[in-house]
Amino acid sequence: ERVLFPPTFSVSEIKNKQRRHFMFLRWKQQQRKVGRAAPPKAIPKTIENQRVYDETTVDPNDEEVAFDEATDEFAPYFNRQTVPKILITTSDRPRGRTVRFCEQLATVIPNSHVYYRRGLALKRIIPQCIARDFTDLIVINEDRKIPNGLVLSHLPDGPTAHFRMSSVRLRKEIKRKGKEPTEHVPEVILNNFTTRLGHSIGRMFAALFPHDPQFIGRQVATFHNQRDYIFFRFHRYIFKSEKKVGIQELGPRFTLKLRSLQKGTFDSKFGEYEWIHKRREMDTSRRKFHL
Amino acid sequence: GRCYLYMKTIERAAFPRRLWERVLLSKNYEKALEEIDENLIYWPRFIRHKCKQRFTKITQYLIRIRKLTLKRQRKLVPLRRKIERRENRREEKALIAAQLDNAIEKELLERLKQDTYGDIYNFPIHAFDKALQQQDAESESESDAEREEDDDDDEDVGKREFVEAEDSELSDFEDMDKLETSSEEEQEEEEEVEKKASHSKSKGKTPLKGPARRKRPYIEIEYEEETEPSTKTKAA
Repeated sequence: ERVLFPPTFSVSEIKNKQRRHFMFLRWKQQQRKVGRAAPPKAIPKTIENQRVYDETTVDPNDEEVAFDEATDEFAPYFNRQTVPKILITTSDRPRGRTVRFCEQLATVIPNSHVYYRRGLALKRIIPQCIARDFTDLIVINEDRKIPNGLVLSHLPDGPTAHFRMSSVRLRKEIKRKGKEPTEHVPEVILNNFTTRLGHSIGRMFAALFPHDPQFIGRQVATFHNQRDYIFFRFHRYIFKSEKKVGIQELGPRFTLKLRSLQKGTFDSKFGEYEWIHKRREMDTSRRKFHL
Repeated sequence: GRCYLYMKTIERAAFPRRLWERVLLSKNYEKALEEIDENLIYWPRFIRHKCKQRFTKITQYLIRIRKLTLKRQRKLVPLRRKIERRENRREEKALIAAQLDNAIEKELLERLKQDTYGDIYNFPIHAFDKALQQQDAESESESDAEREEDDDDDEDVGKREFVEAEDSELSDFEDMDKLETSSEEEQEEEEEVEKKASHSKSKGKTPLKGPARRKRPYIEIEYEEETEPSTKTKAA
């Protein structure tokens, strides 16, 4: 009675509908019988699972890392000795979108000021900024009327990071956005910054915001790193119950990809580069990420 | 950049190598103009004028070049199409993989658990858990009760009872009663809604059984609309 099927045969290959239905029911019965003892569901392979192990991954208990962090340029910030004050500027002749983006960024980051460039050289701006007590400098580079690059420099002789900015959405382009961000100091969430490089970049971002968030404001700025892309979002949250929170997106959003990290302040010719993205060497594997 | 004055004469047209005669002009603008005048002395006035104009233009753009090289220079970096496409696609995929909303919500809930917010939000944990447990127990008992009621309904299906006829269809003051009953109904609904809301606030999971929960005495009144019978005219 029992016909022996070849092992690579599946029920769905039978052309006759009745017979196929019958075979399917029989197969289902067998599955149910085997049910509990069946092999457990396999974990699907994702790119994050298969990621090439990076030797510079930070271990939370690593003493060396902790020591480095206590003595690097952000130590005064993390020891609460300095209050962040940020200067936002653009490249020459900013166009409409960039200008509006700068304004919105200024509302998102507390204690920030927007100044127009007017053809001034960065090297001359930097000493002036330091004199006026700024802690960070953000330069938004523009190309064909859309912002496409971001230079973030920690001022008193701090590291400079150069990012490529993409998919910038202004406030009015975000659907279901709330009202304007208020003046309260937002919280900061930094996700997925695992390696040493990622750690330092994460600290750079954290240094932009004042240390004590005002929880009354219920605003949160998120820097989420996924596969070397850093997504920035700004939300307002509300706790509906213990296990449920609702978030509403307000404020601009953009994604950044790190291009280079310099040790000192911005200096394109003589700067000492800590990390540069080299396409030929670093983009060889799809499972390898650096942040 | 130094400027030279080149001249050619038709006599030398047969010797291309010696065709052009070159004179170095001085760096000083006025002196250079004088030198042009000297060299092109017997040439027509128009050509001299045009030559001097050209010389002016050249010196001016040389000056500009020197100035600009001192300022910052823009470096044009070409976009690589394949790379751009690849990066955009990877960005999209990374965005999907990131599941930002979920991640942010999880992070916020963790922070709430770890008490970073202090006393701002009063979700007292233990009381809430107790209430949850209580409510679970209640819902279990209620579902038991429901099952019992269902059984009762099933039992009543076959039974026969003798009931009096109901005379509630007609009433004289229809409109008034309608108003009253509608208001009653509205109040009932409001009460129900309030009850529901209060229940959801406190427990959130109790299934409401509507008709069984009304505590007020409630009269059901049915209304029938009578259409006037069309008068038939009988043939006299």
